Amino acid sequence: MDNIILELEKAQMKENAPSFNTGDFVRVEYLIREGKNERVQPFIGQVIRLSGHGFRKTFTVRRMVQGEGVERTFPLHSPRVVNVAVERGPNRKPKQARLFFLRDRVGKSAQL
Amino acid sequence: MSDNKFLLARKKGMTQIFREDGTVVPVTVLEAGPCMVTGLMSEGHHGYSAVQLGLTPAREKHVSKPQWKDFEKRGVKAHRILREFRVPSTDGFEVGQELGPEVFEVGDVVDVVGKSKGRGFASVIKAHGFARGHETHGSHSVRTPGSIGQCAYPGRVFKGQRMARHYGDEQRTVKNATIEGVDVERGLLLVRGGVPGAPNSLVQLATAKTGRRG
Repeated sequence: MDNIILELEKAQMKENAPSFNTGDFVRVEYLIREGKNERVQPFIGQVIRLSGHGFRKTFTVRRMVQGEGVERTFPLHSPRVVNVAVERGPNRKPKQARLFFLRDRVGKSAQL
Repeated sequence: MSDNKFLLARKKGMTQIFREDGTVVPVTVLEAGPCMVTGLMSEGHHGYSAVQLGLTPAREKHVSKPQWKDFEKRGVKAHRILREFRVPSTDGFEVGQELGPEVFEVGDVVDVVGKSKGRGFASVIKAHGFARGHETHGSHSVRTPGSIGQCAYPGRVFKGQRMARHYGDEQRTVKNATIEGVDVERGLLLVRGGVPGAPNSLVQLATAKTGRRG
């Protein structure tokens, strides 16, 4: 790829991008706009996918809300993603790179 | 400058940028200029008024002798690429003037003209979007065009029947693309969406002719 493009992307990248792995339980602090104010809305769940690399890296977080599975995908380098804090790691290291099988599981079997 | 803005650029590639509200915008990065006004066409002398822009300075061996002399006569640096842009009036332009990405502002709506990537001699699936035949069940007609007409009547193939042809490497215009970023320091323009052509190919930008303006 062209150097100019890499340079542009580097300029937009976060210097200390949070690092975490699939299976980790994370707390994503996401800036939302409420009327005129901005506030941080946390989204807490398990990382089930890391996709892309460099500036275009995204991750998907899954959580259960009132018995319903909710997934959100965030661009890692988005200015709206203020912080991603790892709350705890998985019970055991997942064998899979992407944890889509968790979608079909409920309760205790949804643990790694 | 008039509301008719234009510039020559080279396509560099695509990336994405974040807007303030966090939306991701796909953009094409263009190396915009530096362009030089190499000539002004006037109504009286040429029969139309236009501004000629040059891109990529050239040495003597790169242009033909008559052209080199012409550049000398006009007193401007020779350029490899010359394109004219029609304007209502050439007021405000000067031969020798340099133009760069600062011509445009973020939010400007432009038409982008480029030459699409060449696909060589392409068959009907790539060139015309025909459907593919069956790959199994004994079929050998996988990417063939199929029937191209009827039988004794009309006894000929109709004109305009779509067949394999040389595809790509044609002038294409992307209309109403928004300028998403102007980087004067690096000499770059960011245009929303894709732009025809391969990396480093020539691209002409001008204020959109139809649709929403600015």
